Amino acid sequence: MSEGDVIYRPEALIAEDIDAYLEQHQHKTMLRFITCGSVDDGKSTLIGRLLYDSKMIFEDQLAALESDSRRVGTQGQEIDFALLVDGLAAEREQGITIDVAYRFFATEKRKFIVADTPGHEQYTRNMVTGASTADLAVILIDARKGVLTQTRRHSFLAHLVGIRHIVLAVNKMDLVDYDQPTFEHIVADYRAFANRIGTGQFTAIPLSGLRGDNIAARSDAMSWYDGPTLIEHLEAVDLGLDERAGKRLRLPVQWVNRPNLDFRGFSGQIASGSVHPGDAVRVIPSGKTSTVARIVTYDGDLEQAVAGQSVTLTLADEIDCSRGDVICAADDPAEAADQFEATIVWMAEEEMLPGRNYIMKIGTQSVSAAVQPPKYRVDVNTLNHLAAKSLGLNDIGICELATDKRISFAPYAENKDLGGFILIDRMTNATVAAGTLHFALRRAHNVHWQAIDVSREAHAAIKNQRPRVLWFTGLSGSGKSTIANLVEKRLHALGKHTFLLDGDNVRHGLNKDLGFTEADRIENIRRVGEVARLMTDAGLIVLTAFISPFRAERQLARAMMAEGEFIEIFVDTPLNVAEERDVKGLYRKARSGELKNFTGIDSPYERPENAEIIIDTTAMTPEQAAELIVEQVLA
Amino acid sequence: MSLTHLERLEAESIHIMREVVAEAERPVMLYSVGKDSAVMLHLAKKAFYPAPPPFPLLHVDTTWKFQAMYALRDKAAKDAGMDLLVHQNPEALDKGINPFDHGPLHTDMWKTEGLKQALDKYGFDAAFGGARRDEEKSRAKERIFSFRNASHGWDPKNQRPELWKLYNARKAKGESIRVFPLSNWTELDIWQYIHLEGIEIVPLYFSQPRPTVERDGLLLMVDDDRFPLEPGEEPVMRSIRFRTLGCYPLTGAVESEAATLPEIIQEMLLTTTSERQGRAIDKDAGGAGMEKKKQEGYF
Repeated sequence: MSEGDVIYRPEALIAEDIDAYLEQHQHKTMLRFITCGSVDDGKSTLIGRLLYDSKMIFEDQLAALESDSRRVGTQGQEIDFALLVDGLAAEREQGITIDVAYRFFATEKRKFIVADTPGHEQYTRNMVTGASTADLAVILIDARKGVLTQTRRHSFLAHLVGIRHIVLAVNKMDLVDYDQPTFEHIVADYRAFANRIGTGQFTAIPLSGLRGDNIAARSDAMSWYDGPTLIEHLEAVDLGLDERAGKRLRLPVQWVNRPNLDFRGFSGQIASGSVHPGDAVRVIPSGKTSTVARIVTYDGDLEQAVAGQSVTLTLADEIDCSRGDVICAADDPAEAADQFEATIVWMAEEEMLPGRNYIMKIGTQSVSAAVQPPKYRVDVNTLNHLAAKSLGLNDIGICELATDKRISFAPYAENKDLGGFILIDRMTNATVAAGTLHFALRRAHNVHWQAIDVSREAHAAIKNQRPRVLWFTGLSGSGKSTIANLVEKRLHALGKHTFLLDGDNVRHGLNKDLGFTEADRIENIRRVGEVARLMTDAGLIVLTAFISPFRAERQLARAMMAEGEFIEIFVDTPLNVAEERDVKGLYRKARSGELKNFTGIDSPYERPENAEIIIDTTAMTPEQAAELIVEQVLA
Repeated sequence: MSLTHLERLEAESIHIMREVVAEAERPVMLYSVGKDSAVMLHLAKKAFYPAPPPFPLLHVDTTWKFQAMYALRDKAAKDAGMDLLVHQNPEALDKGINPFDHGPLHTDMWKTEGLKQALDKYGFDAAFGGARRDEEKSRAKERIFSFRNASHGWDPKNQRPELWKLYNARKAKGESIRVFPLSNWTELDIWQYIHLEGIEIVPLYFSQPRPTVERDGLLLMVDDDRFPLEPGEEPVMRSIRFRTLGCYPLTGAVESEAATLPEIIQEMLLTTTSERQGRAIDKDAGGAGMEKKKQEGYF
C-alpha cells in the first residue's frame, strides 16, 4: 500500500459543504470494539494506526508523540504508536498496558469507540471492563507466534461477556513475508479452539498494523486474500440493535420521578423491546399490571420508544413500582427468582468467601447475595474443569448463588442488562466480582442446595459473622439500653445479624409470669440466657440489656455460651449519677418506699470483677461507647 | 430502528445521571460554563424532566474567568431552575493569587484546592464533571464512576472494575465519586449536539473582533483592566474565537472567521491541532501532567 492511503478523507466535503457533512455524520451508527491479545501482538500499534489513518491525531499530539517515541519508545527512530494509548505514567515507564483506554475515530459510515485492553493476566479485570460494553472483539495474533495462552484467555473472556462478533487479526504479516500457509495454519488452530468454547463464526484477516496492510486499504503483498479489510469489516458488522428492539419490553426502573403530587413517572433505559402509550405492562417481581399512559421526554411525548433509549413512563394506574423493578410486556414478563447458577469472574486479591454475603448489583437492583463453593473452576488454557473450594484473583468458576429476595432477571445470553451482575464487598465497597446468570434453580435443585448439614457453624457462616452475646450489666438508668441500641444499629449497618433482648420485649411475653422477688429475678436471667444461647446457635449476635446485679447469675449465663462468645459489658455509672438522671422516676419511688427490692437502694449490685469491656459513662458519650464496643466485638 | 451514535450517547449519559441521583446521597454538578458543561446541563434537564435536575450546580471560581462566562453562568442556572453555588478559595482570594504572578500555583490553589474545599464544605459525595476521554491520555483511562479517597485523590493503578452499565457508587464516609457522563463523547459530538439541540453557549466560541496581545506563542484576550500590559504593549483588535474556555489569561485564542456553529465545526475538523493545545495546564510535568493533577484531586 502507498504512504498516502487513509481510512477516510472527508476534508473535501467538510470544506465544500459542511451542512452535508454534518447531515451524514449525524446519521452514523456507533460500533464499540475491543482489541485484545498477547502482550506484544501489536494492539496499541494497531489502534495508533487506526487513529493516524483516520486523521484523529492532531499536529501537537503528533509532535508530542514523536518526542516521546525518541525518549521512551520501543521503535528506534520510528513513531511508537503504543505511546498514544498507554496514557498512565506507570504504563509508559514499564512499557505495558495496565488499564483499558478508550479511543475514538470515525469513517464515512460509522463512529467507533475502541477499547485497548491490557494483555497481562494480572489486569484481567480491566480487560473484562473494556469487553463488557463492546459489540465486537479484535483478537490480535502475532503471525510469527500463532495462538498463545493469552489469545485463548481473551477469546474465552470475550465469549463469556457475550461478544458475538470476533475478528481474528493475524498481525505482523510483513514479518512472515506475507505467507499464506502461515496465515491458514493459524486460522485452523484458532478455529479448533473457537469451536471448543462455542464461539462459532469469526472473521480472520491477515494484516500489518505497523505498515497498514489490510487495515484501511487492501494489501498488494497479499493478493491471495480476498476478504474485507479490517475497516470494511468494522463498517459492515450488524450491530444487532434491531434484534434487541424486536424482543419483548424490559425497562429496569432507575428512578421514580415525582416533581409534584400530579406526576409520577418511572425513568429508565429500555433493555429490550419497544413501548407505546396504551401497551399493557406488568411490573416484576410484584406482578402488578397497568397500561402505559405516556412516554415523557424533554422533547415532548413519544408515540414509541425502543431498546437503548432513556425514557420516563407514566402508568394509567397507581401501582407500586420503584427502583429495581422491571416494567415488562404484560403477556410475556421477565422471570423472578432468588437462586441461580452463574459464571463468576473473581476480580479481587482477597479470595471469594463462600457463604459470605456480598452486595449484588444487577440491572437497577441491589440485593444481598451469598455464593456457594464453586461447582468447578475453568482452566482457561485447557478449558478443563478443575475442582475448587473458592475463587482467587482472575479465576473463573461456575457457582450457585442465593439472593435475600426475589429479583427480576433474564439469562445473560438473552439479555445482558438483566443477566449481568457485579458483587461488591460490604466492608471495603470494592467491586470484587462480575458474573453472568445462566438460569434460576428450580425446587429440585433446592434440595441439593440444602445438602450440607445446617450446623451451628453453617448458621454463622451464612451470616458471615461469629455469634456473640453482648451482656450489658449496670444499675438502672446507667445507660445500658441506650448504648445497646446504638451498638445494634451500628452492627446492623455493617450487615451483621443481631437481636436485642431487653425488658421491653421479654417482660411482656416470655417472662410475664415473673415478678421482682429474688427468685423471680434469677429465673428471669436464666431464661434470657437460654434464649440468647439458642440465638447464638442460630448464628446471631445477641445483645441483652438487664440490670443483672448478681455475679452468680451472670456467671450462669456465661457458662451457657460457647467459649469466647460471652462478652460482659459493664456500664459503669455511679449510683449518685444514675439517681440524679432518674429517667423513669424509679429512684424517687424506691427512696420513698413505693418500690421494693430496688437495685442500689435496698438490694445490692455486685460489680463485675472480670468484665470484658468496661464503659465509664462519665467519661464518654453513648456514641463513643458504642463505637468502642463495636470495634472490640468485631476485632 | 437503529439509534444513531448521538442518540446512543445521549441515552447513556442520561442513564449515568439517573444512577447517581438514585445512589448518591448528595450529588452536585460541576459547572465550568464551557461547551461541555452546557451539554452536560442540557442532558441533566432531559434526564429528570419534568422535574428540575435534583442537585445544585457548583462553580469553582477563580475570579479570572471571562466576563461573558459569568453572565451565562447565572442565566443558565436560573433557566434550569437549579441552585448555583459559587466557591472561591478564600486563601487564594486573600493572597491575591493570579495567573500573571503565580504560574502553576494559580491552578493548584483556585481550582484543585478550591474544588476540594467546596466538596468538603457541602459534603457532596458525588460530583459530575464534563471531562471526555478523547481530551487527554489519562482521561482516556478513567472510569465513568471514578472513585476518590477521603483526600480526593485518584489511584489510576487500582481503579474499580466497571462492567456493563453497573456502576459501583458505594463508598465510606468522606470518600467520594467523580462521575463523567460525557466520557464517550468526542469534541465533534459535543459540537454537533449543541448544533442539533440549539444549546446556548458562551459567545466567545464564535469569532468576533476582540482586543488581544500575543504572549509566549499564545494569543490572549484582554478581557478586563487587570491584564498587566508590558511597556509598549498595545492590545490589538483581531478576529478571534476560543476552542476551550478557562481563565482568560491562560486561554489561548485562535484567529478565525467562524461565526456560526457549522463554521466552527468546519474549522475544527480541518484544523491540525487538538483542542487542549491552547491550555497551559496540560504541559506541566512532562507527559503525565493531567494524571498527576488528578491524583492530587483535580477534576
